Amino acid sequence: MRILNLVPVGRVDRAQLTVLAGGLASHLGVACSIHPDGFDPGFAYNPLRGQYHSTEILKGLVRDTPAESWRVLGVTEHDLYIPILTFVFGEAQLEARGALVSLHRLRQEFYGLPADPQLLAQRLLKESIHELGHTLGLRHCADYLCAMSPSHAVERIDIKLAEFCPACVGAMAVL
Amino acid sequence: MNSKASILIVDDETVVRDSLGKWFEEEGYFVETATSAKDALFRLPSQHWDLALVDIKMPGMDGLDLQRKIHEVDSEIIIIIMTGYASVETAVRALKEGAYDYIAKPFDPDDLAHVVRKALEHRKVKEENVRLRQNLEQAQAVELIGQSRPMQKVLESIRTVAPTDTTVLIHGESGTGKELVARGIHNLSPRRFMPLVTIHCGALTETLLESELFGHERGAFTGAQYRKKGKFEIAEGGTVFLDEIADISLKTQTDLLRVLQEKEITRVGGNQVIPVDFRAVAATNKELSGLVKEGTFRADLFYRLDVFGIEVPPLRERKEDIPLLVDHFIRKYARAMSKRFESLSRPALDVLMNYSWPGNVRELENAIERAMVIGREPEIQPADFPLQFTATPNPEAGVTLEDVERGHILRVLESCDWNQTRAAKVLQIDRVTLYNKIKKYGFKKAFSEAS
Repeated sequence: MRILNLVPVGRVDRAQLTVLAGGLASHLGVACSIHPDGFDPGFAYNPLRGQYHSTEILKGLVRDTPAESWRVLGVTEHDLYIPILTFVFGEAQLEARGALVSLHRLRQEFYGLPADPQLLAQRLLKESIHELGHTLGLRHCADYLCAMSPSHAVERIDIKLAEFCPACVGAMAVL
Repeated sequence: MNSKASILIVDDETVVRDSLGKWFEEEGYFVETATSAKDALFRLPSQHWDLALVDIKMPGMDGLDLQRKIHEVDSEIIIIIMTGYASVETAVRALKEGAYDYIAKPFDPDDLAHVVRKALEHRKVKEENVRLRQNLEQAQAVELIGQSRPMQKVLESIRTVAPTDTTVLIHGESGTGKELVARGIHNLSPRRFMPLVTIHCGALTETLLESELFGHERGAFTGAQYRKKGKFEIAEGGTVFLDEIADISLKTQTDLLRVLQEKEITRVGGNQVIPVDFRAVAATNKELSGLVKEGTFRADLFYRLDVFGIEVPPLRERKEDIPLLVDHFIRKYARAMSKRFESLSRPALDVLMNYSWPGNVRELENAIERAMVIGREPEIQPADFPLQFTATPNPEAGVTLEDVERGHILRVLESCDWNQTRAAKVLQIDRVTLYNKIKKYGFKKAFSEAS
C-alpha cells in the first residue's frame, strides 16, 4: 500500500495537517500517516537570512524516513530558502522520495491581509500536490490551471487547481 | 514551458550551481553547469546553447571576460550576468559588453523566471527575424525560374559571383531575364541591404545619360534648375545595373570607364570629385566583342566589364522550363486578375512547346497574361493564344483568313462581355476598326447569348 508520511517540521497545527491529509487522500488516492513527533529543523536555520535552508531540511527528512514509506512530505511554518533564491514555497527531490512545503508565505497575514483559513488550506493542498508531482518526475507545466504550473507568487497558486492536467497525468503514467 | 531551451550555468559555488540547476530543471529546461570560465568554454561546443547564466566573480577568468569569449564563439547566445551585490557600475559594464541583462543574488524566483523567459523570447524573435529575412532573400533571389541545365548553370554562376565585388557582364537575347539575373546577384551579395539602381542606357540621349549617371550641378545645362545626384551616388554602397550597355556613346564610355576604375565621379557642370562605392553589373543583347572590332565599343571598357560573364540562354534552348514558367505566370496573373485559372490544357502546352519564342520569357509571359484575359477559367486552351503560335506547315483546308478573323473577334468580344473598348485593346486594333468588323460580320450580343 502506498503510504505518504506527513511530517510536521517544527511546530505545526495538527488540525492543519489532518485537513491536508484528507485532501491528499481524495486528490492523489494515497493514505497519509501523520508523524507523531515531527522533525526539528533547527540545524538548517540561517541567522543572516532569518530563514531555513530547505534543501538541508529535505535531506534530513528523507534520511529519517523509513525506507518502506512511499513518499515523505514535510510541512513547516518556517520561511524556506535555497541559497540562490530569496525564498521558496517548497522544494522536492525530482523523481525521488522527499518533498517539503512552507505555510509561511501561503498565509494572507504575510501580505498584511486578514487570515483566511480556508484559502490557506487550499494553497497548502495545491503546493503539496505540486511538490509531490516533482517527486513523481513531473516538471513545470505550461497549463496555468494545472497543479504543476510554476508558482513563484501566491496569486499564481490561487489561480491553479489542485489537480494535474491530462498531459501531466499522461506523463506520470509513462514514468 | 519551453522544454527545448538549453541553459548553461557558470558559477564557482557548488551550492549555486546545484540549486539553480535543479530549479531550472524543474522549470522544464535542459541544464548543464560549469564550475569555471574554462569549464564553460570547454562545454560550449558540446551542444547548441540558448542562454548562459554567468557569475561575475570567479577565480581565474571573470564573468565579463567569459562573456566576451563566449560571444567570440557564438554571438547569438544570450548571456545574463549574476552578481553577488547589485552595483550600477558592474551592471553598466556587463550591459555595455553585450550582456542581455544582469540579476543580483539571491534572486526572487518570480524575477528570475521572468528575466529568463523574456531573454529566450527575445532570442526566438531574433532567430525568427533571421529566418524570415533569409526566406525573403531566397524568394527574391529565385525569381529566375528553371530547372534545365543551362538555367542551373546561370543560377550557379550567380551564387558564385554574388558574394564578391566583381563586375559582371550579362549577355542574353531580349526577354531572357537579364535584369532578374542582376537582381539575383544583388540580392545574394553583401550589398543587398543597400540600393540596386538600374539605368536603361539605351533609353537616354547622351546628355541625359551623363546627367543620370553622374548627376549635375545647378545651371550645368538649360533646364538644370537644381543640383541632382547621379545614379552612382544614389547607389552608394549598393549595386548599379547598366542595362543595354552597348547603346552608350563613345564619350560616355570614356566617362564610365573612369568611374569603374577610379570609383569617383564629377557631376556634370561641377569640379568636385566625389568618391562612390558601388558594384557594377552590366547587360547587353549584343556581342560586345564584335562591337569592339567594329570600333563602336571601347576595348578597355569591355575588358573592365567582362570580368565575369554570365550567358542567359534563350527560351528555345531550355524548353523543358516552359511548364514551370507557365505555372508561375498563371499563379501570378490569377492573383493579379482575381481569376480562378489553375493550369493550361495538354494541347495548349503542346502549342507552347512547339513555338520558337523569339521574344523569350517576356513573350511567354505576355502570351499567358493575354490568354488569361480572353480564355475561360480554369484552363487555358490553344485557341487562347495568338495565331502565330499555332501556325502549322499544313494549314487546314477550307479555312479562310476571314473565318479565322471572324472566330477570333467573336471569342474576344465574348470574353470582354461585349465591351468594345476592352476588346479592341486585346485585339490591338482601334475601336472604329472593331466596330466596322462587328458590322461586317453581323455580330450582335443577343445572337451570341442565344447561341
